[in-house]
Amino acid sequence: MTQTLTRPATTVVPPPAPPRRRKHRDPSRYFRLHLPLVLYLLFTLIPFYWMLVFAFRPTGRTSLVPWPITFEHFDTVWNGVGFGVFFQNSLIIGVGTLVVVTVFALMGGYALARFKFRGQRVFLLALLCTQFIPGAMMLIPLFVIFKSAGLLNSLTGLVIADTAFQLPLALILMSGFVRNVPVELEEAAMVDGCSRLRAFFAVTLPQLKPAIVAVGSFAFIGAWNNFLFALMFASRQDKFTLPVGLSYALGEFNTDFGALAAGGVVAAVPVVLVFAVVQRFLVQGLSAGAVKG
Amino acid sequence: MRTRTWAPYALIAPTLVLMAVFLVYPIASVGWFSLRQHTVTQPWKNGFIGFENFRRMLFEDQLFWQSLAFSAKWVVVEVGLQLVLGLVLALIVNETFVGRAIARALVFSPWAVSGVLTTGIWILLYNPSTGIFQQLAQWGIGDPGTSVLGDPATVFPATVITELWRGVPFFAILLLADLQSIPNDLYEAASVDGAGRWRKFVSITLPHLRDAIVLSTLLRAVWEFNNVDLIYTLTGGGPANQTTTLPLYVARKAVDSHDFGYGSALTMAGFVILLFFSILYLRLSKFGSRE
Repeated sequence: MTQTLTRPATTVVPPPAPPRRRKHRDPSRYFRLHLPLVLYLLFTLIPFYWMLVFAFRPTGRTSLVPWPITFEHFDTVWNGVGFGVFFQNSLIIGVGTLVVVTVFALMGGYALARFKFRGQRVFLLALLCTQFIPGAMMLIPLFVIFKSAGLLNSLTGLVIADTAFQLPLALILMSGFVRNVPVELEEAAMVDGCSRLRAFFAVTLPQLKPAIVAVGSFAFIGAWNNFLFALMFASRQDKFTLPVGLSYALGEFNTDFGALAAGGVVAAVPVVLVFAVVQRFLVQGLSAGAVKG
Repeated sequence: MRTRTWAPYALIAPTLVLMAVFLVYPIASVGWFSLRQHTVTQPWKNGFIGFENFRRMLFEDQLFWQSLAFSAKWVVVEVGLQLVLGLVLALIVNETFVGRAIARALVFSPWAVSGVLTTGIWILLYNPSTGIFQQLAQWGIGDPGTSVLGDPATVFPATVITELWRGVPFFAILLLADLQSIPNDLYEAASVDGAGRWRKFVSITLPHLRDAIVLSTLLRAVWEFNNVDLIYTLTGGGPANQTTTLPLYVARKAVDSHDFGYGSALTMAGFVILLFFSILYLRLSKFGSRE
């Protein structure tokens, strides 16, 4: 990748370009690159593997390779315990939160990046301050609000709660992304007779695709994984989410590790897959300057 | 674009409403509750009691100080280790090697796993009958021991490692993103000047990463302070309250003994402590002062 940034004035004039390839394969690379990477990969993957072994291994076996594989544990949790329903609830909450957070973050992020308005600094400060609010400590007043609003045992209620807690950070990130799209493009479209709204949809929005993927999947993963709100605000089993179902499984399946592992696989697969796909956008997007706001 | 219109206000209106109802109002009501005796199971005793809750907290409640001390230890150890490992990991996957894309996706993946699921996975790994230590003992490595989560000597490291598994990728991702924004020219110029690998790391990489490190450690410290999911499900605060953090103590006051008044006072203490240390940290680190 070539850089066009100006070189610091103090550096000496570079000599003629050095040969592109290194002279020798540097043997120290094995110690400072491959060895730690392999060790860290083991630390990351052994727990996942352990879960897969338990999930696919018939009860009573102890071999480290789950062969022959069995789906009995998945049948137990999906149909017997109700993880099928929990999965559906988590999916509804995840997608719902994704949509609402992304739309509101786009609106607010655009406002912060493209307008100067009274109270802007206060608003930004308030957004940052929300990061210090512990969800766990808000359970008491939130429970009172949800009860009086009739939002207990409701998936809509959980989408609202997840949205409220995820929106501030999503909005800050999104405003960074919008700022990275040159405003001149939009202005040119407006000179050509577009309204601001049309200019946004025609010019800016297509450029924000990676940002939307990153912010949206953040919101999805956050809502999918949220435990405390679901635990506190949904007491009926048909409204349980996967983390709540899992937490009960932790207590009840103290002896049935196969079922616990199968439930874990059900909860892990969607988010881990989503994340594997979007982590690239995330790194690119953050690198493009969103971290610095 | 400097315009005097209603447009920006309309655009932030949904966010403002949500924040007002679900963040600002609850904080205010926590403040109000903290000055009251308010127990759901004994409503006849409810009423305004001034600073009595705070007096009880500061002077009579041994568990408050104990949980606060554990919270501090937890935050320092977790954030410190996550930062170091995350930085090393970011530097590694920033190098060019075959299979880098897959390696990145794999080492970052625990980030997407919830606290409860992390507990589930590690309980399988730690369990005293078919866990990893028993497996290793079968191969003649180490001592099978007892339950690592039940033994006061091992419960802290076991919990720390579990949270590390999920927490390191956060730092690795953020720092990797920042590493990629360092202009290559700087390293090339340094090479020309004869700087070694370590020298380049100290004089180019670290100064460039400073703001990102300050911001990510601060955010992470707040999150780890407030972390309840994992500890609640992994140890439940035990054995013998050894791993009870302040938020976990609050959650137990609220859920088990329905003591909303005292729980709110504990919450206010948590807020004030977080705010104080955050401001102190930003001041000391001179965040954002580099131009």
